[in-house]
Amino acid sequence: MAGKHDDHDHHDHDHGSELSDTQLRVRALETILTEKGYVDPKALDAIVEAYETKVGPHNGARVIAKAWIDPEFKKALLADATKAIAGLGHFSRVGDHLVAVENTPKTHNMIVCTLCSCYPWEMLGLPPVWYKAAPYRSRAVKDPRGVLADFGVTLPKDTEIRVWDSTAETRFLVVPMRPEGTQGWSEEQLAEIVTRDSMIGTGLPQAKRPA
Amino acid sequence: MNGVHDMGGMDGFGKVEVEQNEPPFHEKWEGRVLAMNRAMGATGIWNIDMSRHARELLAPPVYLAATYYQKWFLGLRNMLVERGYIDADEIKAGHALRPGKPLKRGPFGMKDVERILNRAKFGRPTNTQPKFKIGDKVRCKNINPATHTRLPRYVRGHVGVVELNHGTHVYPDSASIDGTENPQWLYTVVFTSRELWGEDADPTIKISIDAFEPYLDPA
Repeated sequence: MAGKHDDHDHHDHDHGSELSDTQLRVRALETILTEKGYVDPKALDAIVEAYETKVGPHNGARVIAKAWIDPEFKKALLADATKAIAGLGHFSRVGDHLVAVENTPKTHNMIVCTLCSCYPWEMLGLPPVWYKAAPYRSRAVKDPRGVLADFGVTLPKDTEIRVWDSTAETRFLVVPMRPEGTQGWSEEQLAEIVTRDSMIGTGLPQAKRPA
Repeated sequence: MNGVHDMGGMDGFGKVEVEQNEPPFHEKWEGRVLAMNRAMGATGIWNIDMSRHARELLAPPVYLAATYYQKWFLGLRNMLVERGYIDADEIKAGHALRPGKPLKRGPFGMKDVERILNRAKFGRPTNTQPKFKIGDKVRCKNINPATHTRLPRYVRGHVGVVELNHGTHVYPDSASIDGTENPQWLYTVVFTSRELWGEDADPTIKISIDAFEPYLDPA
């Protein structure tokens, strides 16, 4: 028993040390990479800034709002999302294979990456912690209704749920249903209610007119 | 590899916890880890499949206990040490103790930032013909390589239907080992929940993966 106990402590210690003082260790690694001439820290600043300011779900929201207003664009988006979005001209490249999947009264789509954290960064920004964490990655493919309940979303029992596991470099974007009560809204107003979660499939847009 | 990263269908991880108005980074170091990963990847000394595999190789207790960016940090550090771009004594010292090695595409500087903000291409046109067409029934092979694969355990041995053909793409199972792109046809294959989870499963649910042709047999 004593030996077992010691082993246990030993393991805890090892794993603890891998995960302690991360901030200091990250700083040390950056110092080493800089001193070796591998990276310019100013370029690292620029990367961080881009991910803090340029990318985000506002990009995807503009695409969805346009799809709600413009049936031709929506058709093009569902046929070839990469091409349709490139045609808008003001987004960074979304890679070869972005697939837009449409929610209908019959089918609700949900995106997950069970193996890691694949996510359409160019459309939605960096994935939230929950998307990259074990509870979502493990359950989304087996119990999507239970996962939706964690988000406060309940769908009719006969709505088909389609879960897309992003196991390759293909990326998926959910086109949510335009909510009732948004007739006559401008594209900008509509973009305001397209949430990040609604484009992952774990939320539904609500017709709350932005102030 | 059959690692803990392959989480689809596992139980016991609890509720999904959503943080309202989550910032891009919770700590400053998280942004530095992301930037260092992107920058070193852009120097061409490894590919995205190798960096995914490096995180999968973390010991299971570490993988499960680490935050996302801790995994990214450990994966990056391990790849740099294994490939001899930095040494263990330098990590201990917190400084470089010897000059850097040449990098395939040279050091990462301001001129390279724009390039990494655009997503890389993974499609690789080939002259091969796809083995399967839309609507074909396919069975995922029961393969268990100890190396990197993108065929999750929960679909192995199961029958699905080919729904989309995405063309030929870099094959991660090869690229993660030695960088060989070995392009393969990539399909979206859709399964019923009962096929994957048994007859008690909710029949209104369908699940798809994106599967490379070598993962599939006709069914």
